[in-house]
Amino acid sequence: MGLEHALGDSAFTTTIDSAINWCRKNSVWPMPLGISCCGIEMMAFAMPRFDVSRFGAEVFRFSPRQSDLLIVAGTTTYKMATVVRKIYDQMPDPKWVVAMGACTSSGGMYRTYSVVQGIDQFLPVDVYVAGCPPRPDNLLHALIMIQEKIQRGESRSTPMTVAAERAEKQQLLQIQGINN
Amino acid sequence: MDIRQQKILAALENKDTSVHFDDALDNQMILNMGPQHPATHGVLRLLIKLDGETVVACVPELGYLHRGYEKLAENVSYHEFIPHTDRLDYLSPLMNNTAYVLAVEKLVGIEAPKRAQYIRTIISELARISSHLLGVGALAMDIGALTVFTWTFREREKMYDIFELLTGARFTTSFTRVGGIAHDMTPEVKTAITGFIDQFPEKFNDCIKMLNTNRIFVERLEGVGVISKEKAVAMGMCGPNIRGVGIEHDLRRKEPYLVYNELDFNIPVFYNGDSLSRYYVRVNEVKESIKIIRQCLEKIPDGPVHANEPKKVLPRKERVYTKMEELIHDFMLINFGVNPPVGEVYHAVEASKGELGFYIQSRGEGHPWRLKIRSPSFMNLQSTPLLVEGRMISDIVAILGSLDPVMGEADK
Amino acid sequence: MIQNVVQKLQEKFSPRIISVNEFRGEFTVVVKKEEIVSLCLFLRDHEECQFDYCSDLCGADAYTPENRFEVIYNLYSMSLNHRIRIKVFVDESSLHCPSVTSVWPGAEWPERETFDMYGIVFDGNNDMRRMYMPEEFEYYPLRKDFPMMGIPDSIPLPRK
Repeated sequence: MGLEHALGDSAFTTTIDSAINWCRKNSVWPMPLGISCCGIEMMAFAMPRFDVSRFGAEVFRFSPRQSDLLIVAGTTTYKMATVVRKIYDQMPDPKWVVAMGACTSSGGMYRTYSVVQGIDQFLPVDVYVAGCPPRPDNLLHALIMIQEKIQRGESRSTPMTVAAERAEKQQLLQIQGINN
Repeated sequence: MDIRQQKILAALENKDTSVHFDDALDNQMILNMGPQHPATHGVLRLLIKLDGETVVACVPELGYLHRGYEKLAENVSYHEFIPHTDRLDYLSPLMNNTAYVLAVEKLVGIEAPKRAQYIRTIISELARISSHLLGVGALAMDIGALTVFTWTFREREKMYDIFELLTGARFTTSFTRVGGIAHDMTPEVKTAITGFIDQFPEKFNDCIKMLNTNRIFVERLEGVGVISKEKAVAMGMCGPNIRGVGIEHDLRRKEPYLVYNELDFNIPVFYNGDSLSRYYVRVNEVKESIKIIRQCLEKIPDGPVHANEPKKVLPRKERVYTKMEELIHDFMLINFGVNPPVGEVYHAVEASKGELGFYIQSRGEGHPWRLKIRSPSFMNLQSTPLLVEGRMISDIVAILGSLDPVMGEADK
Repeated sequence: MIQNVVQKLQEKFSPRIISVNEFRGEFTVVVKKEEIVSLCLFLRDHEECQFDYCSDLCGADAYTPENRFEVIYNLYSMSLNHRIRIKVFVDESSLHCPSVTSVWPGAEWPERETFDMYGIVFDGNNDMRRMYMPEEFEYYPLRKDFPMMGIPDSIPLPRK
């Protein structure tokens, strides 16, 4: 992801990798998309009792350009889906998505004409949180799972590892060599 | 540009405005305060036509949270709709449960026993306190006072503990049933509520002291978003917004339901019609709610919490598992529903945001033929263009905070 | 009280009132849709009625071959503290109904919502946009022949 791409693969860079990932995971800046009832539990998750700032994530920036975790909290309707997709596209790489609640995971209790049956129909989702609404402890567990994912260096938005990218470049060079 | 944008722009250009500028530069700009915004309470989209920083016209656009409740209601039975009412005004779910169940009971023609009514009153007032706490906290946060928001959430967490003890869920409770409530209130819950009520007024005063005499807060809200009495009534405003204009309209006094005609409480009314009066109405309503809960806890009688109507009220589970008749009634009620007579009712309740009404048309079947939710936030948001015209951009946030809309309700 | 109001209505508008019924203490007056504006003006201005607050305005689909749609007005009086319900039938062949925004400006948004859900156009309301569904949506959701789960691909979804 990002910086490590430029340096390539070696023992030196894997240590830098894990150091950078450690820094990244302990300062996740979430972008809350509090649409409906789950938004209230997300606010509670940021408040004194279920404090999220002990995990380094209390900086709720409402601007997508400055955040790396998108928490979609609340029922997503078809009208709102274009807005959510626009916000996701504006976030810089690497980014992660948490689908909070039953409504975002699968449409929830609303099997109606205007509710999208799960945001994974138009967004790549990393963690699904069950509940209607999920307790704030549940959302903290999701945040910890995201932190573990970051430590391992996985991100849905940058699908290729460094080795795969190098292999693809070699293939392209071979094809160009044949054409020449 | 697609059809919707064209129509909205046409509405913006054609709206009459009382604000005129003789500016040779004519630098009018249309700004989109989009559905995702830290200060619109939920997914509300405001299109604002600006001249410099002064708002010339404003068009709200709703529908980003339209979940199709009324279509759902035509397909599920009366009992199955109770969890859906939780998600309407999601800041005070117990109040919506009570409002819906009262409308269905009026249609069916039964009445819950006295103990159930007292418990419903207690939980409605607790829900009102919880909703106003968040309303005041969000208003303070939008103005810039972040600490008050964290303090009010701390108090709300204590209330969530009480709700969990009583109903089993923190937030979306679905506690009331047609003919009563789900289960009785244990003495443990009563001690918890008394403990909360004893320490709450002092903590609430701490929160309010930060704001009442704060010069920034008062100057940002005083004289902002003024509406006259006649306009407020004509536009259908309700709740603390209309009591902040000087009209003493409260359905708990005018059309008493539950046990409000046996209780002694005042209706706070302030006369200026600006955002500060609406804020004061909410603060005083919290204090009145505490009085109501204390009186209810003293006066609550013993007795059953389910009405004695076997064909309409869900029976107790332990009897369903042991006795034959209750098993049959349970089966009929769950599968075929409460079958009310053919007719229509409209029942309204004074919810924390205003007049929450349910209009139910029944054709004798187990599910309603038509269910309309009269949501207070929808009618309050209708007057946003009137309140915002002529003010600056930063006042829009203060005005929305003082109107306190909830989009789950306004969008149904 | 409310019986006086109903009596007065029957005296003044009598050939144009279709029926009056009472259920659980609430009165419903059914009128022809051409008379609705004059009836509402009478209800708002007359000293014994004073219905200055339009509580709710909604539509309903009775799914009958004639007079398929109904528009229901729930009115409330702030000063005299009584309620009344007015009902109007709209036939499927001419989906137009006069608008009461000249009587109560607060009826504008409920009328837009009724248009969005049923397709009844209110003449006189100069802001006939859809309320909840996107403007490009071609159907009217609350009609009884629209399926609850929706029609696939009726609203576009962004690609993954």
